[in-house]
Amino acid sequence: MSGSGENMKSGRLDVRKTYKMLIGGAFVRSESGRALDVNAPGGKWLGHVCRASRKDFRNAVVAARKAASGWANTTPYLKGQILYRAAEMLEGRATTFREVLQSIGLSPVAAKTEVTQAIDLLVYYAGWTDKYLQVFGSVNPVSSPYFNFSVTEPMGVVAYVSGEKRPLLDLVTGIAPIVAGGNTVITLSTGRAAVPAMELGEVLATSDFPHGVINLLCGVREELVGQMATHMDVNALVTQGADAKESAASREACALNLKRFFPREANGKGDEDPYRILDTVEIKTTWHPVGG
Amino acid sequence: MTETNISTKGSDWGYAPAPESADHFKLKEQYGLFIGGKFVPAGSGRRFATINPANEKTLAQIADAGEKDVDKAVKAARTAYEKVWRKMPGRERGKYLYRIARIIQERARELAVVESMDGGKPIRESRDVDIPLAAAHFFYHAGWADKLGYAFPGKSAGPIGVAGQIIPWNFPLLMVAWKVAPALACGNTVVLKPAETTPLTALLFAEICQEAGLPDGVFNCITGAGSTGAALVKHPGLDKVAFTGSTDVGKAIQKSLAGRSTKLTLELGGKAANIIFEDAAIDQAVEGIINGIFFNQGHVCCAGSRLLVQESVEQEVVEKLKARMEHLIVGDPLDKNTDIGAINSKAQCERIQDYLKVGQDEGAELFQTKCPVPEKGYWVRPSFFTKVAQSHRIVQEEIFGPVLAIQSFRTLDEALEKANNTPYGLSGGVWTDKGAKIFKVTRGIKAGVIWANTFNKFDPSSPFGGYKESGYGREGGRHGLRPYVELS
Repeated sequence: MSGSGENMKSGRLDVRKTYKMLIGGAFVRSESGRALDVNAPGGKWLGHVCRASRKDFRNAVVAARKAASGWANTTPYLKGQILYRAAEMLEGRATTFREVLQSIGLSPVAAKTEVTQAIDLLVYYAGWTDKYLQVFGSVNPVSSPYFNFSVTEPMGVVAYVSGEKRPLLDLVTGIAPIVAGGNTVITLSTGRAAVPAMELGEVLATSDFPHGVINLLCGVREELVGQMATHMDVNALVTQGADAKESAASREACALNLKRFFPREANGKGDEDPYRILDTVEIKTTWHPVGG
Repeated sequence: MTETNISTKGSDWGYAPAPESADHFKLKEQYGLFIGGKFVPAGSGRRFATINPANEKTLAQIADAGEKDVDKAVKAARTAYEKVWRKMPGRERGKYLYRIARIIQERARELAVVESMDGGKPIRESRDVDIPLAAAHFFYHAGWADKLGYAFPGKSAGPIGVAGQIIPWNFPLLMVAWKVAPALACGNTVVLKPAETTPLTALLFAEICQEAGLPDGVFNCITGAGSTGAALVKHPGLDKVAFTGSTDVGKAIQKSLAGRSTKLTLELGGKAANIIFEDAAIDQAVEGIINGIFFNQGHVCCAGSRLLVQESVEQEVVEKLKARMEHLIVGDPLDKNTDIGAINSKAQCERIQDYLKVGQDEGAELFQTKCPVPEKGYWVRPSFFTKVAQSHRIVQEEIFGPVLAIQSFRTLDEALEKANNTPYGLSGGVWTDKGAKIFKVTRGIKAGVIWANTFNKFDPSSPFGGYKESGYGREGGRHGLRPYVELS
């Protein structure tokens, strides 16, 4: 971003950052070459972000699918450590994130709250990775000589459309339960929220997430949600802050491959909720004979 | 293996007919809709016949519900929900379910015989599987009604409201139980639409609700064909829709609910792989293959309709399977010796015959047993295809009949690759004597229910439901309560 505008302060020209999306562990621009302007609330131009294309989304699905089985089979302990590592990285860059959030219009207090809540939310879900199966799985007392048990398994690849109200927190509150549940994710951030999202890419890229586990796109909501709902290799779609029209269209489009669909209201309720992990996992029941 | 010619010897040993009697109860000539605790005719006065698929004789005339009837049923369910059921303490709700479970047990033989007459399934199965499990489902869920506070850690569970439930013809009364028991236990009221070819046990169930003294309108049953189901789904008074049936219809229901807040769970088709490794107990595995695909004429969404057998034992398994299949008795569903009953309907019979032709046209090799079948009624001999490719329609699509597709594999990874290469993900099976391998395979199959060294086992405490295009939501167990509660 163009920052404070005092480019030549102390006689030195600032080095600006080019914001890139994160796909398959690489920082990339949109294959379409398109960009969006980001403006401060007063209208002041802040800089450019990518305008992801449908092709970018398809590429991200390929990366996410490639990473899915590895991440699903990563131990709960390690998943927890990696999520915790993301919290460490975000804590270390808290000041930067506060500045970024203020630059796109949040008050200093709101910016500080968002950053601290985002960090704490990562810690919260880090702690769930090795517990939710124990809490939500079951051994089932069948009336026949079988050992019967139900476990959670990740669905696979999940698409997440983030909201703009809480630019950073809406994104983290979407990602954390999805990846804690062992899925890989492709996120879409729009409008001003694209800036902290792309900034978060640098946090996630240094948190030991294997390439492709988290893929961050930014672009235009109306342009990409339909593609996310109809893509045949996406297992679930979670949206934040959709209007009634978009939710209806998504629910209908998700019927194509019976993608699981979870529209969430952008009211900030339920950020800390292990039942959100359950949204994007399946329950598998296994029967095994007991006998000689 | 020198004993494979046993089948020719077996033909010398016929079984004397052993029909179950049907004289201890009397079906009515016609059945109305069950709305608000009473049997009423359809507003239009229209009726349709339900027939016995084993002899094509009419069993009874059934009321054909239209939009206005659906509306009445939903309103009756709403009234019962608001005025009675949601307010009733869980313990009392549970006691009604216990009563229902007991009456199902008391009328078990009648229900079993009617189930076999209306749907064509062998009496051995309706008597030993469908009806006892239906009773067990009510008994199991009865106990949850006052214990929901323990089912969802950290949350409190309340009812959703009025549930519209549409069920298929393959396990008519058992599907009533799977749908109705958890819905009522959680405090919801129900409008149920049974399949048009098998409405009778659902209507007997309505009688049972009367006998149990269940408050009027808590359970309503509207009979009819697909248009009745569509009218139910379209009704704005529903808070929840639960559907068991084909994937195509399930997708259509999801589309028609777009834009509404009505909750939805779907239990849809399947194309399960039954994987046999060379180190399996082969004779047991052959029994498992038989149970997997020929149980209930193969009219089972979780049927083991694809056999994946390790190349080194393929010939042995296929030979033993042929020999075993020649012993299967196809015929009168009411005969206690019958293994495979009638195909549920003419339409389904034609659909299966069509797939038998498609399979051969695609280049696969068909094997069918030589057993005699009755002249009247709808029948398909136990069948399997060999020389099939992964892309064949008989490998990718659900046939819903006694037709198995056999493929071979060399490595575990190849077996999993093939097992998971369909849009479905309902169930799967694995046969091996190696424990570690069992769990590698059960983890690897992307499906909701996996049977290891067994197949087609069910229990009310065991969650059932699919991955991918086999639908979403679970039925049975603690997980099966989730579709019928609102958490806060």
